[in-house]
Order: sequence, then C-alpha cells, then structure tokens
Amino acid sequence: MASHLNGGGRVNIALWRNKARSDLLKCLRECPGSKALVWDSQLTGPVGLIAEYSLLKENEVDRMFPLNPGRLPLAAGPGASAIQSVIFLVRPKLELMSDIADCIRKTEEVGSRFQKDYHIYFVPMKSTLCCQKLKNLQVYGFLKNVGEYCLELLPMDSDLLSMESSLSFKECNLLNDFTTMHYVARALMKMQAMYGIIPKVYGKGKCAKMVSDMITRMRLEIGDKEFKSEPCFDSMLLLDRSCDLLTPLPTQLTYEGLMDEYFDIQNGTGKFPPEKFAKSNESDQQKDLSTDKKSDFKKIPLNSSDELFAVLRDKNFNAVGPELSKKAKTLSAIYDERKDAKTVRAMKQFVSKLPHIQLEKSQLATHTSIAELVKEKTDTDSFMDSLQIQQEFMNGLDTDKVSSYIEDLIAKKESLVKVLRLICLQSVTNDGLKPKVLDFYKREILQTYGFEHILTLSNLERAGLLKFQGPRGFPTLRKTLNLVVGEVNELNPLDISYVFSGYAPLSVRLIQTLMGPGWRSIQEVMRFLPGQAFEIDQKLPPGVEKRKPLSQGNQEDNTRVCLVFFLGGATFAEIAALRFLSQQENSSHGPTEYIIATTKLINGSNWIESLMENPVPGEEESTSFRPQQSRLR
Amino acid sequence: MAHVTGDWNPLGDAFYRKLELYSMEAQWQSKADIPKCKVAAAPFGGPIALMRDDRKSQAPSNRKPDIFIFTASGKPISIIKWQSGHLLDIGWSSTEDLLCIQRDGTLLVYDLFGKFHGRFSMGQVARENEVIDSRIFYNPSSGTSGVAILTGNYKFFVVSNVKHPQSKKMADVLGLLSPPSCWSVISKDRDTYVMLAKDGHLFVVDPGYSQEQSLEGAGACIELALSFDHQLVALFTDKGDIHVFSSDLQRKLCEFSTNSQMRPKQLVWCGNRAVVAYWENLLLVIGMQKNWIKYNLDKEAYLVPEMDGLRILQPDIQEFLQEVPANVSGIFKVASMASGALLYEASREFQKKSQKADEYIRLIHDDLPNAVNQCLEAAGEEFETNIQKALLRAASFGRCFLTNSNPDKFVTMCQTLRVLNAVREYTVGMPLTLAQLNRLTVAVLIDRLIRRCQWELAMSISKYLKLPESESRILTHWACYQVDQKRKSDEEIAACIKRKLGAAPSISYSEIAKKASEISRNELAVKLLDYEPRASEQVPLLLTMGSMEAALRKSIASGDTDLVHTVLLSLQKKMKAQEFLMMLTKFPDAQSLYIQYCRQEQPHLLIDLFYQSDNFQEMAACHIWNSYQQKSMAKKLDYLKSAQENYTRARNEFALKCTEEQQKLLTYQQQIEEKHNISFVGLSVHDTAHKLIKSGLPKLAESIRKDFRIPDKRFWFLKINALAEKGDWLEIEKFSKSKKSPIGYEPFVHICLKHNNNFEAKKYLSRVAPEKKAKVHILMGLYEEAAEFAFQQKNEDDLKQLLRLCGSNRELANKIQNMKAQLSRR
Repeated sequence: MASHLNGGGRVNIALWRNKARSDLLKCLRECPGSKALVWDSQLTGPVGLIAEYSLLKENEVDRMFPLNPGRLPLAAGPGASAIQSVIFLVRPKLELMSDIADCIRKTEEVGSRFQKDYHIYFVPMKSTLCCQKLKNLQVYGFLKNVGEYCLELLPMDSDLLSMESSLSFKECNLLNDFTTMHYVARALMKMQAMYGIIPKVYGKGKCAKMVSDMITRMRLEIGDKEFKSEPCFDSMLLLDRSCDLLTPLPTQLTYEGLMDEYFDIQNGTGKFPPEKFAKSNESDQQKDLSTDKKSDFKKIPLNSSDELFAVLRDKNFNAVGPELSKKAKTLSAIYDERKDAKTVRAMKQFVSKLPHIQLEKSQLATHTSIAELVKEKTDTDSFMDSLQIQQEFMNGLDTDKVSSYIEDLIAKKESLVKVLRLICLQSVTNDGLKPKVLDFYKREILQTYGFEHILTLSNLERAGLLKFQGPRGFPTLRKTLNLVVGEVNELNPLDISYVFSGYAPLSVRLIQTLMGPGWRSIQEVMRFLPGQAFEIDQKLPPGVEKRKPLSQGNQEDNTRVCLVFFLGGATFAEIAALRFLSQQENSSHGPTEYIIATTKLINGSNWIESLMENPVPGEEESTSFRPQQSRLR
Repeated sequence: MAHVTGDWNPLGDAFYRKLELYSMEAQWQSKADIPKCKVAAAPFGGPIALMRDDRKSQAPSNRKPDIFIFTASGKPISIIKWQSGHLLDIGWSSTEDLLCIQRDGTLLVYDLFGKFHGRFSMGQVARENEVIDSRIFYNPSSGTSGVAILTGNYKFFVVSNVKHPQSKKMADVLGLLSPPSCWSVISKDRDTYVMLAKDGHLFVVDPGYSQEQSLEGAGACIELALSFDHQLVALFTDKGDIHVFSSDLQRKLCEFSTNSQMRPKQLVWCGNRAVVAYWENLLLVIGMQKNWIKYNLDKEAYLVPEMDGLRILQPDIQEFLQEVPANVSGIFKVASMASGALLYEASREFQKKSQKADEYIRLIHDDLPNAVNQCLEAAGEEFETNIQKALLRAASFGRCFLTNSNPDKFVTMCQTLRVLNAVREYTVGMPLTLAQLNRLTVAVLIDRLIRRCQWELAMSISKYLKLPESESRILTHWACYQVDQKRKSDEEIAACIKRKLGAAPSISYSEIAKKASEISRNELAVKLLDYEPRASEQVPLLLTMGSMEAALRKSIASGDTDLVHTVLLSLQKKMKAQEFLMMLTKFPDAQSLYIQYCRQEQPHLLIDLFYQSDNFQEMAACHIWNSYQQKSMAKKLDYLKSAQENYTRARNEFALKCTEEQQKLLTYQQQIEEKHNISFVGLSVHDTAHKLIKSGLPKLAESIRKDFRIPDKRFWFLKINALAEKGDWLEIEKFSKSKKSPIGYEPFVHICLKHNNNFEAKKYLSRVAPEKKAKVHILMGLYEEAAEFAFQQKNEDDLKQLLRLCGSNRELANKIQNMKAQLSRR
C-alpha cells in the first residue's frame, strides 16, 4: 500500500507514515468498543494517506460519518454491534465546534439503550479556543476524551511531504496568524527525533526565520535525549514562499504540473472525467476513506508506486508523448516474446511475467488517456496565447503597459483567476506596475466581475503580488540567476528551466546556488528578495555523530541529503526541478538528494483562490444546505 | 578468623550477630532518656523522633512537649516545639514524614526539618470520643503507610494511605468495652485489617466483619508482633508462651515458652526467622526451632525492626542484630569448606606470598565462579570496610583464574558498596544494608538524601552511578530550598540558582518559580521563570501570579499561537474590555490573532479593533463586507458610505472612487429595477450593461457605458455577446457596420460559432484582419481556404496545424505539404 514511500533513498519516509499510523491507532485504542468516526471532511483525504479503510475496520471502526450538525444515525442495522465510542476527528477550527455541539446534543436527545462515549481528537493540535467554545456550547462535559492526533506532515511520496494546509500562505502573509508555522516547527522536531538532528539549517524569509527560532527554542525545551538518532539529513533549507512569488504564477509545463493545473490533484489523487477511461473492474478498487460515495470523477492515485508515472511525472509535457510510445513499443516487444517461447520453460517464464506486463499495460492505458486529456487543453489557441504572453512577461517585454491580451480576457469575461494570475505575473516581473496600468486593471476587474472583488485585490496587494512600481530588481535577478533560458531541450533536459520550457524556477535557482557557490556569491539578489537570509549550526547531542559517508563497494557515497521546506506552498514544477537536481550525479559540488516538504502542494490557480475573498452571501444557501441525515455506511 | 565470628551466636542452623552501627552523638545521649520518652524511628535506617511521654514519666506536666528529630546516628536535625492540641503519638510515614496524632483525631504531617506539611482528620467519631491509641503501619506490598486509631468508644478507624487520607471505619467488635490488651494492623495488598486480643479472644476485624479466631489452649494473648512483611505474627500469652502463626492464623509455626509472665516491653521480629522479646536488660532471640539466644543489655533500649534485622537503639550506641547472611557465614564459619571460604583463604595466603594460595585454588577446582560470587555477595553484607575490602580482594583474586567472567557484577557491587558506605557515614546516618538498599532502590535513596538536604552527596551518587534524571531533580530541589531562604535577596537567589543550574539539562525552572510564587516571592518567581525554556510551563504560572503582560510576551515569543489565545482568554476575563483592547495595541502579534478570532466568533468587535489601531483600510473592508450582508438598499448604501469615508482617511484614492461608483451603480440599478421590473442589484457594471442589452434596453446600456466610462473595446465584446445571447443577429450585423470595430471582426466570427451559427459567421470572414484569416477559416472548417490564407501570410504554424487536421483528405494534405515546401525553400 505504501510502497511508494520507500524510495530506497537515505531517508525512509515510510517510517514517517508508520509513526503516523501507530499514532492514529493509539488514539483509536483509547476509545473502547465499537467506534463511529465522525470526520471533518477536510481530513478524510489526508488521513486516507495514513490509514486505509480496512485498517480502521480492523480496529473496530464500524461506522463513519461526515461531520454535520444534527443527529448521528447510529441506530445499528441488523447484526451490527452497538456503537460504544463516537470519535470526532477534526481540525482545531472554531466553526466546526458548533457542528460538533449540535451533533452531540441531537444524538443525546434521541437517547439509546446503549451508553455512548464521545471523544474528540484535534488534528494536529488541541486548541484552547475550541475547547472553550465547546464549553460555552455546553457539550464539553459529554466528552470523555479530548486529545490530539499530531498529524502535521503527510507523506505524499518517497521524497515528498505536505501539510496540505491550503490557507497557510494567507494566514501568514495577510492575517499575521502564524499557527501553521508552529505546526511546521512541531513537525520538524518530530522529524528530527526520527531522522536525527539536522546539523545545518539555512533559511530565507520571515516565516523561515520564525520556524528556525521555534525549533531552536523547542530543542531547548525538549532536551537532548529525544534526539539520539543518527542524522539522516545533512542540511535543511527553509524557504518562505514570499521570497519567490513568481514561480507559482506561470503555467507549469511538466506532466504532473499540467495535470494539477487542469485536473486538481488532491492528496495524491487526480480527478478526471470518466469517459476517457476504459471501465476497470470495480471490485479491485480500494475503498477509500472519503465519505462521498459516488463521484462523477474517475479518481486515480498518482504516486511513484505507478512505475510509468514515476518516469513521466517530472518530464516536460512535450516529452511525454514520445515516452509513452516508447513504452508501448517495449511492451509489445515483450508481448511478442510469447511467440518465441517454444519450450515449456520459456512459456512458464513468460507467464510468470504476465501480471507485471498486465499492470504495465493498464498503466500505459491510463496515462495515454490522461495525456490525451491534457493535450486537449494544451492544443487550444488560448493555451498557446497565454503561454506566449507569459514568456513575454518573463523576458520583460512590454511589461510596463496594459497588455491588450489581458484586456481582451477581461472584456470576454474569462475566468477571473486566470486574469489575476496573469496580472500578478506582469506585476512581479515588472517589479510592480505603473499606477495608471494597475488602476486600469483594477477598475476593469471591478466593473466586469463585480465591486466585491475590491477585497480580493486588496489582499493581492498586501501579499505583494500586485503593487505599484518600486525599485527595479527583477532584471538583475533574471540575469544573475539565469532565470530565463533561451535554448531548452525538453526531451533530454540539461537544466531545470525545462519545467517551464524556458523559465527556471527562482526558488530552485536559489537552492542550486546555495548548494553550489553559496548565497554569499549572490548578495545583491538576496538583498532584493524580502526577509532575512540566515544559516545556523545545530549542535548534535553528545554521543551522536555525524553520518559517515557510506561506502558501497569501492565507491564512497558522498551524497548529501537536504530537506527543503517550502513555507507557503510548492508547485509540482519546483518539485520536478528538485528531483531533476537530485538525479544530477556529477554536479560541480557533489551529488545532493533533496527531500521536499511543504505546507501545501499548490498551483497558481488554487494559490490565488486561497487569497480571494467573497463577501457575497448569495451562494450561502447552497453551501449551508446540508442533508439532514447522511446515509453513508 | 576469630574477630569476625567472635560475636556470632548460633541459633538452630543459623548464626546471629550483633554489630555496632554507631556510637551515638552527644546530643542524642543527652536527650535519650528512653524509659521516659516516646521513641519513633523510621525503618530503612531512617530518622528518629523523640518526645517526652507523659504516660511514662512520673510527673505529668502540662507543658507541651518538644519533638526532637535525629538522624539514625544521633545527629540532631530539628526540634518541633509543639503548639497544637494534645499529642498522643508520633511516627514516620514511608516517605519519612513525621505523623503526629492528636487525641482529637487530627493528624499533622511534618517533614524532617519540622516544617508543617498539612493535616487531616480521622473523622467525626474520633473527634467526639477522643483517640486512646494509635498505630502507624506500612503496607509492605505497596510501600505506602497508613494510620489506625482506637477511639474512646472502642471503634477502630483506618486510613490506609496517608497520602490520600480517607478514614474508614472498621466493623465493631462485640463486647469490646475496654481497651484490648494488644492490637496491630495487618496490611496486605489492598486489604487492611486490625488484629486485636482481648481476654483470651483474638479478633480479626475488617470494614465489613469482625471475626473471632480461636487459638486452642494458648491462653490470653497480651502482646503481638507482626513481621516486617506482614506474613507472620507472634503472640505473647499471659502464660509466658510465644506462639508464631502465619498472619492469616491458618498455620502455626512455632511455640516457645519463656517462663516469664511479665509482659515484654517490646515484642518484635528480627528478620523473618526470629522473634525478639525485650525485658529490662534482657533480650531474648527466639528461633523457629525453639532455640534461643539471650543478650544482656546494660542500658535501656528501643528496638526498631528492619526487613532483615533489628536496630537496637540505646542512649550511647546503636546496634544491629541480624541473622548472619548465608554467604558470610559460609565463608567465615569455623572450618567451612565452602568454595568461597577456600577462595578467601587462598587470597589471604596469596597476600602473604605463600604457595598455599595455589593449594586452596586447586581445592576449589570447578566451583571457582561460585566462590567468586560468594565472596562478592558476602562483601555486600558487611559493614566493616576492612572486611569488605578483604572479600572484594578475594573475589578479584578468584576472577584472575576465570577466563570468561563478566565484570559487570563486580563493578556494580563495588559501586553499590561505595554508595552504602557513604550513606552509612555517621554524618549522613543511614545505616542501610544491601538488601534494604535493593528494596528501597537508588532513586528513592537519592530522594531521601535530597529531603535531608544532602544535595552534594546525592549529586555525587547520581554522577557516580550515571543517573542524569536524578541530577535535575536534585538541582531543582536545591533551588527550591534556596528560594525558601528568606534572608537572601531575590537577585542573589536568582543569580545563585542560574549559576548552578544554568548548564544542566531539563531543569524545570517553572517548578522552582512555582515554589517562589507559593511563598509569595513573585518577583523572584518572575526572574526564575525567565530561565524556563518551556513557554507552556512559564505562561500559566505567570498568569496565576497576575503578570499579565509578561505572560502575553512569553506566549508570543514561543510561537505557539494556542498559548497566546489561552492568555488572551484569561486576560479578557480579568480586564475591562477597553483596557484589554488598549493593551492589545502594545502587542501587535497578539492583536492580529485576536482579530482572527473575532473575525470568526465576534465580528461586531472588529471595527472597534481596527479603529483602535487606526487601520482605516481594514475598517473599510469590514464595512464593505457588512454591506453585502444587508438586505435593505438603504443599509447597503450606508455601509458603503462608511467604507468610503474610511478609504478617504486611509488615503486610498482608487478604492474611494470605486466605492463611490458602486453606490452610484446600486442607486442606478434600483431605479431601473423599479422602472422595468427586472432584477439588477448585485450585478457588476459590465453585467448590468449586458443584461440591459439582452433585455432590449440598449439606450440604458449606452448611458451606463457613458456614466461608468466602459472602454470601447470591452463594450464591443459585451454588446455582441449580449446580442448573440439574445439571438439578435440582425442587430449584430448593424452594429458591426456602425463604425470600424475596435476589436476587429474575428470576435464576431467567434461569437457566431459559439452559438453554432455558421451562416452568420461567414458574413464577417472577409472583414477579419489578413493575419488572422487562416485561423478563423480553420475554425469554420474551411481548410482549403485556410491553407491559402496561411500560405499568403507565410504562416508555417497554421499550415502545420492544418496538416494535422485535414487527416484523410490526401489531396489537401499534399497541397499543404507543397506549400510548406515552398515556404521553407524561400
């Protein structure tokens, strides 16, 4: 199930998942008897990465409900045992508390022959405010157990962890609420307890400084005895998203990136229109945790346990077609071996390979379908036009005036997010817009999409995505870091710029420089980017020694392992670029393996959406409408 | 080896020996008038409490007694000048707290230093009827101690654990109208019951029942003694006989006649295999095989039973009576041939450089590991360092002949002995045996040293035995003690504590600070809390001490937002609303969090908060937000007006104008709504114009265009879109001809195609700009023409696309290939 987490690298992320799993079971075991789990709907996906339904079932979770106000339909069906413990698994969000209160009260009103206990577990951390609210709502007394399930960082892949906290960037940059940074620090302490103290910590940006201060402090609080593991990481880089506002904005051009742009990958699963896919036999599908039982989408898990996907995901989309046809050819070649298999033995050998061949075949079919879906989007004129304007902005062409392309988009009332993404891109690449230009855009948006968006625009301004022109820095940045590369080999890339067909993500260039000549070599650039750059040495606890280079055979393995933590979100394009760097064996400064962590896997659209406000109550009726009773398992 | 076995006395198959532990210190000697005193000594080499006993002294005085507390070596620790009520009894709990039982049933708890630690009552009945007798007992399995009392109306009450005093009444004993001749409390696992003797009857009483036990022909029991582990009981009858039973009285183990009808002053156990009866000057040790040893004592004594022996307290000396441990007797017994004895001899001979050493070693032969072990363990049982050394030397000598012997045991024993010798030292005065230490554990020993303020020794022991956890405990206790030093100034103490504890890991400064706060040295507490790294420990204490701002500052510094909220919640309860808001302005980080909270829970407070910090921009945002929540137009406009004012104050020219414009729009929309009965409110300017055109009100749309200065280009897009939706193709055509289109004619084609109107689309094809002609023809599916246009424009990309699209059309494909070839040739 979790084979994709064990990538064979130095840091085994499967351990992390195991810990999360056993923590979850520990919580469950604290609640006696047959259990009903009541889910915060935002948690089903993340927790699904940790534990599958069958595991919960084994641990006496007999019923599951989404958290809604109103009575829980606990009445047991024939043969089912009576529920003894009702467990709420929720994020510490105040708005959820009234739902819980209502749920408990209504369920208690009905009464039952059986005594029920209520338990609540906050993920990832207990909150005083929530407890207080439960007290005010007079249901705190019903709770037998108020605990926390410390699940901060979710294991997404063998080199990737995410908190899947979509509001983190907004809270830190607009609301000055750094709760998620505290979670990051807590998660890092847990990681260091498991994978050893990280001897070197680099950082850039306000949030980075904050996290590094917190982990230094927490180290003092906890004491050395928790950190006896041999260090697996050589270094860590905390990178604040606000240092690189640019990279999320252009359209990602890797396979996985495009998939995310158009089909919204959530918790490692993509949602696709089902028509394109051959009907697979439903029986072998894993029952997943999410409570919406029937969806109009085909859900496909996307991680490195799918061997073909592992090859394709980080490629430029233009390289995906050739790769798929190559794969088809090799597969059919293997298939043809059947004809050569004359002897019984050869036959047997072939048959033994069959299951694997079939798996590969189905993977090939799946990804051919997905690639076609993506291609439908990329073949449109509007896609090409949009790419062109993005490239022009990156190159600094006409960034100083109103773009007629954007103007037309607004006039045609195309998706606001798309428009905002482009304007932000223009603003960032131009170090802000001339007042006349910015005000024109803003006015056009308010007139076309509605006055209420004035709040969204103000948010974007506060986040620094939109601003009046300030001192020029981007041209220097572009030149010094070689952000825009003319010649790009999309099929066999030599440089990370392939992920945007010509633009090398700023964040990854910073990492490349740090691991190479160091940030001191680009002081001018570092000064221009917001927030302090720092580096600290973390002393290893007495008795713990630095990892010695492993010698494998005659070759000394001097690979360095670096944990890169994107505070405020990371895109698949950046991840692809880092994976590309991990694979470069002979870079000038020795090989480096990157493990990536982030508060959220983002793309430009959902990132911008997270910063938008909607004061219009119109849709409220539809969102607040909830079925009185859910009839789920 | 005469000198080792010299004081040994055989008792059955074992030997007993009486060792001198201490010659007592002068202060003890001067106070210890044992016959006139009540003596209480704690087991495990514990402290001794001494007080004048009115019942024993001839001349009862009304003076309240003093309680003197000594170490086991007679070193004075403290004096309690008794102030409270009539003191009946004193005794030690298992944590070495002094329990003082008053006649009114109140129990007062003091520590070694005579510091009061609390009190509890044995209950109403005890208070009303007075306590006439009491026992303090240990539960050997749980290690806790309890108290039992006998009230004036002959009821028993028991508290089975003084740490959680809950007085339980025992069942009434039928016919008990005068005090029993003797009684004791048996505590096994979870059961506690009283055993008492009265006029030849023996009763066992628990909370539920009182049961009489018959002891056939034994006579009346006048004294009883429980063994240390509560497994055995010895009864002394009025005939002078001693009967030994298992404590459940099911098995009789021994019967012995002392021929003395006089009641012994004390009847106690020495270990588990001998009972000791003490009369004036005479100590009779009785073994289970009816054999006995008689010791004459020249002074008054008090006996303190230990788990493996008996401490004999006398005014001048303290002795220890014990069964000689098997290993020791094996080695030193006259003519012993035990392998340990041979090894010991060999080692002695070896030191004399005699070849006999070799002979002895040969005699041991295969049994050498055992011999080493025996010497090692015997060393542990000895009090004399010389003998310890000799035995260890022998063990070490034996080890030389062993090939694969694990040194751990030897090392551990040496370490343990060093610890034992150190605490036995008369300055410390804890005469523990090895067995006692093992039972007590080193951790408890360290605790006891800490409680005696022997920090330095405790520290050396934990360093020596490598127990880092104890170190922080010791330091913390030391610091708490320093805090208690009333004479020193806060600065001095804080500095002194920081100096000593600074580098030590995992010190709980909050615990020390709490101590300071308890004795109301708040300033010191605040100083100490500064050293505490754990904010979660710091903050609650600061809150209870009322250091609000410090608590808030610390919680912010920790980065734990939940902690900040905790502080804010408690501040809100304690402060006036206005004060609270004022304070927040000093802490912007907390203010942001509070704003966050208000956004979700108390939005009505937001405006106030922003006003407080002159954040007009955010105030305007609030007003805008509110305006959208309103149903009535008047209120909507009111809020927008307020927003506009705030934008003015925030000097946000643009937002100000937009807000003004929005008010204009709303008013305008309302007007046309009223006039034409179509809903408009809530639409954007763009959508309003769109809807107006669609609804056939182009004039109004035109006026909006003017009033709101909609750019030409956008208006054209908007208009053809709206007309197409309306299906008014004629109007579109008219419009297209009204003047030159600022958006070209391509959008006209697009819009027609969007509505699947190829016919209309064709009308505009010719007017599309040349460079876009190919594209629109492609969209129309007119590939041949498209190819021509692309060729004219030399647009290879378009040709490429066409090539892909034309598919099966060979002829066209060839044509396009030709064109491409021509283009590339140029």
